[in-house]
Amino acid sequence: MTLASILIQLLNGLAAAASLFLVSAGLSLIFGVTRIVNFAHGSLYMLGLYGTYSLIQFFGRTPLGFWGAVVLAALAVGLVGILIEVLVLRRIYRAPELFQLLATFAVVLVIKDIALFTWGAEDLVGPRAPGLSTAVEIMGRRIPAYDLLLIAIGPVVLALLWLLLTRTRWGALVRAATQDREMVGALGVDQAKLFTSVFFVGSVLAGLGGALQIPREPANLELDLAIIADAFVVTVVGGLGSIGGAFLAAIIIGVAKAFCIGIGTVTWFGFEVSFSKLTLVVEFLIMALVLVVRPYGLLGKPQAAQRATEPAPRLQVPSWTFALVWLALLALVPLAADRYTTILLTDIVCFALFSVSLHFIMGPAGMVSFGHAAYFGIGAYAAGLLMKRFGLPMEAALLLAPLVAGLFAIVYGWFCVRLSGVYLAMLTLAFAQISWSVVFQWDSMTGGSNGVFGVWPSAWLADKTTYYYLALVLCGAGIVFLWRVLFSPFGYALRAGRDSPLRAEAIGIDLRGFQWAAFVLVGALAGLAGAVYAFSKGSISPSSISIAQSTDGLIMVLLGGVETLTGPVVGAAIFTWLRDVVARNTEFWRAVMGGVILLIVLLFPQGLVGGLKVLVARWREQRA
Amino acid sequence: MTAPPMLEVKDLHAFYGRAHILHGISLEVRAGEVVALLGRNGAGKSTAMKAIMGLVTPARGEVSFAGMRIERLPPYRIARLGLGYVPEERRIFTELSVMENLEVGRQAVRAGVPTWTEEKLFKLFPNLARMRERPGGRMSGGEQQMLTIARTLMGNPSCVLLDEPSEGLAPIIVEEMANSIRALKGEGVSVILCEQNLHFALGVADRAYIIEKGQIRFGGSMAELAANESLREQYLSV
Repeated sequence: MTLASILIQLLNGLAAAASLFLVSAGLSLIFGVTRIVNFAHGSLYMLGLYGTYSLIQFFGRTPLGFWGAVVLAALAVGLVGILIEVLVLRRIYRAPELFQLLATFAVVLVIKDIALFTWGAEDLVGPRAPGLSTAVEIMGRRIPAYDLLLIAIGPVVLALLWLLLTRTRWGALVRAATQDREMVGALGVDQAKLFTSVFFVGSVLAGLGGALQIPREPANLELDLAIIADAFVVTVVGGLGSIGGAFLAAIIIGVAKAFCIGIGTVTWFGFEVSFSKLTLVVEFLIMALVLVVRPYGLLGKPQAAQRATEPAPRLQVPSWTFALVWLALLALVPLAADRYTTILLTDIVCFALFSVSLHFIMGPAGMVSFGHAAYFGIGAYAAGLLMKRFGLPMEAALLLAPLVAGLFAIVYGWFCVRLSGVYLAMLTLAFAQISWSVVFQWDSMTGGSNGVFGVWPSAWLADKTTYYYLALVLCGAGIVFLWRVLFSPFGYALRAGRDSPLRAEAIGIDLRGFQWAAFVLVGALAGLAGAVYAFSKGSISPSSISIAQSTDGLIMVLLGGVETLTGPVVGAAIFTWLRDVVARNTEFWRAVMGGVILLIVLLFPQGLVGGLKVLVARWREQRA
Repeated sequence: MTAPPMLEVKDLHAFYGRAHILHGISLEVRAGEVVALLGRNGAGKSTAMKAIMGLVTPARGEVSFAGMRIERLPPYRIARLGLGYVPEERRIFTELSVMENLEVGRQAVRAGVPTWTEEKLFKLFPNLARMRERPGGRMSGGEQQMLTIARTLMGNPSCVLLDEPSEGLAPIIVEEMANSIRALKGEGVSVILCEQNLHFALGVADRAYIIEKGQIRFGGSMAELAANESLREQYLSV
């Protein structure tokens, strides 16, 4: 590379970093004060783009129209943030943190469909900034003037935020609440108002980040989850709650991506290395590296102690009778039901195992995973590829696939168990995204974005009912096995480690080793679910490994309730069935699902099964 | 003669998780009084303060402050009525400077109540005046204890809940602390003081309650308590 092209890539990267920084700073601010991992933050960014697009159409393509649209769109997104805080999150600040997460997933679904309804499914290409559509010549290369403006905006916003946080009463309150919000309340500060204002500022930043991208990037419906993954990476690399860290990380990641695109394919010692293909992975590689070296990010500090929560309720072993009765009932269904129901039930059975394995790791083992789809997807791909590319019989592929998923879990888990809390969750997400981008880009092996086709079971299993029985036996056995493990000494050790890591280690439990083993176990069983699922569908697509698949799993677990063993199964069944029913009846199934989830979150803050238990207990008390 | 007390607690019960900590305590504080709440470690002193302040939701009982029932109010509403809380663990905002810590505590001026400014507080705690820009995390225990009291006073309270202000401090600082409490009383601020240190309480309080196992065992003047050795032996000696 010449000096000029290095400079160009650097400027490209810095321009891209501006929006990334704005979005991440908002996310970081909101997380710091409210302790909510706001998945809907990406949706606010997306609304910023769409809003600016529409407002420019309305105001006209004049400089005033353009900049007016950018500012108004950002402020409007801020109002949306206030709505989310006041209508949803304020009601559940006392609920378990995971439940707040579920609520933000629901908001993502609702906003996506509102955008679909308002702006349609087509990408909307925005205009260039009037007056800045020219290019500036630097060292013989042409740089869009708008990019140079973006490069300037990043530091300006950083400086403004810094002044706001260190020179105003509001800033002092925000920083104080980030450390100890209960104390701030005891000093007479109305937390609700403070939280709302923080949500407003954070949301304006997300909206502005989106609005400024309109000349560079078409508005589309995939942006919400794409940017939230980027923003997670930036906040985690920079250190949660550190605005300066977010700025630094945004620049590192923006520039690294730009260089990957700029370098293209290079031949080293006869090997072709495609850097442009690395673009999708590079930020996650940086994140994994940073977290291993600095577990709290570049400029982060160890997280403030979480507020004391109620001790986890006792887990009850579902009795053998209970399990066998259900298995028998499920075995009888195909006799009465049609083919469609049998196929739907097969899906439910697969997702039930997926959901139970996720519950195992995030509930009793206390390690929340945002990237559980990695193992489901790897299991699915392993099954398909072992059969299609390596010529193994279907049965062998089905049984080996969980082992492959387990192998990946050994590697990923080794890194993950070194972290805890939100950082751990983000690292799992990073590994899932790395897996996804490899699958997505390795055309010759995985079929790239098309996926793998013709992954059908052997002849004796081809009948849908027979395959349903196979799925029922394999997944049912997997679920019962995981439940039993929870009540083995291994399971007790994991739960002890979740409740008090220090005391567990003090009595001689090698906690990290146990957690690693748990990681591998659930990885293998999620892989089994994926493999069974793959053969039931006959095809595998990269979406089986996507963030959306991971969040579906989280929704299933949290919907059913993380505090009971049967909850995740019920959650998987209801989610899969509901999605099927709703999707057949309306294009806007996401909004309906999101609405249902929000209702449940607001009505049953313990999850469905937990909520039912409370209701039953109350009913018994009244009768007694 | 019998004006209603400024703070009145009746039959207050509170739980921590499933543990029943307070078993119906009752006490009262009149305007301008310094009242000590004495008891051993784990007797329920801190929980009583938190329950009054709304940081632990009382399960049963009444708390009245300045003529209002407050047992169902959130902490910030209670603080805004003029009840200040100084926690045992101090809970200084470590990232914030002394001035910023004070700023967080600032509330509107209240009629008929002593009003505090930074400068007035620096006269009460001269040490703080020398470290206005120092982050709370880089102060000694005694300095932090002064800052946490000063921070609460910025809210212009008419009554302050003071949880173990002498804990873990050097004797000379403890003496300064006692002077500060007497100064508060001089300004007309009522104080409830949680203490294990009887000697400290004797020097500053007008009356005392003794709490043990979540119940009030004694209520009376400091002179009564000083005269009654068996009482001290039974509930306070270690």
